[in-house]
Amino acid sequence: MTAPARQLDSAAPETTVLVVPGMHCASCMAKVERGLGAVPGVSAARVNLTARQVRVEHEAGVTMPQLVDALGNIGFASQPRGEELDAPASAVKPLLAPLAVAAFACMNVMLLSVSIWSGAEGATRDLFHWLSAAMGVPAILYAGRPFFTSAWSALSRRTTNMDVPISIGVTLATGLSLWETVHHGEEAWFDGTLMLLLFLLAGRALDAGMRDRARAGVDALLRQAAPGAMVVTPGGGLDWLPALDLVPGMTMRLAAGERLAADGEIVTGESRFDQSLLTGESAPVLARVGDAVLAGTLNLENPVDVRVTAAGQGTTLAEIARLMDASGQVRSAYVRIADRASRLYAPAVHTLAALTFAGWMIAGAGLHQSLVYAIAVLIITCPCALGLAVPVAQVVACGALMKRGIMVKDGSALERMATIDRVLLDKTGTLTLGRPLPDGAVLDALPDDAAAVALGLASHSRHPLSRALAEALAGRGVKPALLTQVQEEAGQGVRALWNERSVALRRPDAASGIATALDIAGEPAWLIPFADRLRPGADAALARLGGLGVQPAILSGDNAAAVAEVARSTGLEAQGEASPQDKQQAIARLQAAGHKVLMAGDGLNDGPALAAADASIAPGTASDVGRQAADLVFLGDGLDAIPRAISAARRTMKVVRENFVMAIGYNLLAVPLAMAGHVTPLIAAVAMSTSSLVVIANSLRLVGAAR
Amino acid sequence: MNGLAILIPVALGLGGLGLVAFFWALKRGQFEDLDGAAARILIDDEEEPRA
Repeated sequence: MTAPARQLDSAAPETTVLVVPGMHCASCMAKVERGLGAVPGVSAARVNLTARQVRVEHEAGVTMPQLVDALGNIGFASQPRGEELDAPASAVKPLLAPLAVAAFACMNVMLLSVSIWSGAEGATRDLFHWLSAAMGVPAILYAGRPFFTSAWSALSRRTTNMDVPISIGVTLATGLSLWETVHHGEEAWFDGTLMLLLFLLAGRALDAGMRDRARAGVDALLRQAAPGAMVVTPGGGLDWLPALDLVPGMTMRLAAGERLAADGEIVTGESRFDQSLLTGESAPVLARVGDAVLAGTLNLENPVDVRVTAAGQGTTLAEIARLMDASGQVRSAYVRIADRASRLYAPAVHTLAALTFAGWMIAGAGLHQSLVYAIAVLIITCPCALGLAVPVAQVVACGALMKRGIMVKDGSALERMATIDRVLLDKTGTLTLGRPLPDGAVLDALPDDAAAVALGLASHSRHPLSRALAEALAGRGVKPALLTQVQEEAGQGVRALWNERSVALRRPDAASGIATALDIAGEPAWLIPFADRLRPGADAALARLGGLGVQPAILSGDNAAAVAEVARSTGLEAQGEASPQDKQQAIARLQAAGHKVLMAGDGLNDGPALAAADASIAPGTASDVGRQAADLVFLGDGLDAIPRAISAARRTMKVVRENFVMAIGYNLLAVPLAMAGHVTPLIAAVAMSTSSLVVIANSLRLVGAAR
Repeated sequence: MNGLAILIPVALGLGGLGLVAFFWALKRGQFEDLDGAAARILIDDEEEPRA
């Protein structure tokens, strides 16, 4: 594929890894690899689609900006891979090798076991048992390690988890089988033990794979927003520095439409700043020379120079991060359903095994025979189906949600999500889109000519309002008018000539709120107001929440008037002017009253609340902090992701409970048999695989869970 | 019985070969990019001028 690009690697080859979040299909991969391959000096480019990265091998002379430009020219935004985000450790990988060993040994031992069950006798049986032991014991030791270590760490903390009964059962069964093999016994349990490990590892690997995939998605989003700033160098040049390298005293040049990477003080220029991400306040704040501006705020109007006063740990952002650190208790205290089940299950199983042993001893079966029956109970009750019951259901549900653009960070998020009975919604950016959109009624009223002129003008500017206007008009099928002598004057607007008439898109002389004025010489000016709008489908989504028995309310940091307006249009209860601490307290109050709270928010100011709530969801447009703190991230504009996620989580938990019932029901049948001493390795193997298949089949019903 | 003496080592050897092949693939990074591998088959090899 990269053959034409391969050249002699004479110059010292270097490797650069670029993050390209926009790749998602085969043709993207081909474009990126060919585009980079065409850059002189590049010897090879290889895309990793899962990680949304491309690894470029090139001569030392090729620089990073050249590669980024080459990708930019074919329409892909890219960034060098950040150090702190360097390839997160995969959770699946360490499980793959044990899984393969367990599968290999299980199949081969099973083959030998089938011969024994078919009636192999005497020396042949002994030989087959010895072969099984030779394969089985090392395989069990190797493949069982994930369980043994986890069980050991649980026991040393004086708690128990699912892995404790598994480890005890596996160890005892292996020991018994070895003893039987040495003493020419009739039955060895290597096959059943390996099958158990195989099923459990498969469940574990599915669970880990789900976490890996969701994390890869969220990481790709995080990388997209690598913050940084253009810094004025002492020589008067401009240099782009990542946020980490900014130090107080530097001067940043901030174009309109950019976000501040550090706290600072304006040295030249004046502009309005949108602080909604930081405080929730929707009205832009005017800042002049000498005024302080905060990291994370968006420059709306004019380019300004800002002297850095605090960076990194000193910023307001870092303060919010500290609040968040202190507020994860609810979540760390949450015990996953599988572990809760095993807390009941393990003592019950061990009691049954002990009773069996005692019973047979009293009945006079002898030490060896009693031990065999007791271990048969342990093996038959080993939570094979239980180990699959939770992960398979969650993996299927998460896959269904991911297809709908909802990324779930881990399985416990779904479990917590299913218990939710209250939703607190942030206003700006969550309930609303969080960006100014032109008033639809005014756009409808614009004559075709005027709309064409407006689109022509707006498309010449990178100002956020112009871009929003251009997007809205283009979306209505307007074609841009042909303009000449286009000029953009920073902070004033764009002017041009259209059919010999002067036209302009400029800041209005006087307007309440955000607006832009469209001038066409000889006609009265049009005033186009901009406002943040509710997300599409917000009313339907809120109604569906009500149908699910979940009570939504607004919790916003914005001013009371703006919150009241949204509260009126949605009919929700609302609390405005809430600081990050207030939001945390509001959640704590609800939790104290026995409610399970879902926090939906996007801003930095929501971070502590997202971390404190029982479950949390953030839109893909949220701040880094919001996306990192939230359990679920939804892409796209629609708010229907929230009720969809809740109902999918509930259906998942319903299926998980059904799985538990089936797994336990199977035990109710099998345990009496085992206690009576009627279970042979054959029966154990058949029962184990049947119950696992039933649980998997039941979980597959969740494929359509995200409707 | 004599047949078994040959067949069992052969069966185990073949299975072991599969296991070794899997470990080799794991080490070589064949499982690093499953999504990419799935998509890569759709890429056309010819350099089309207007692709």
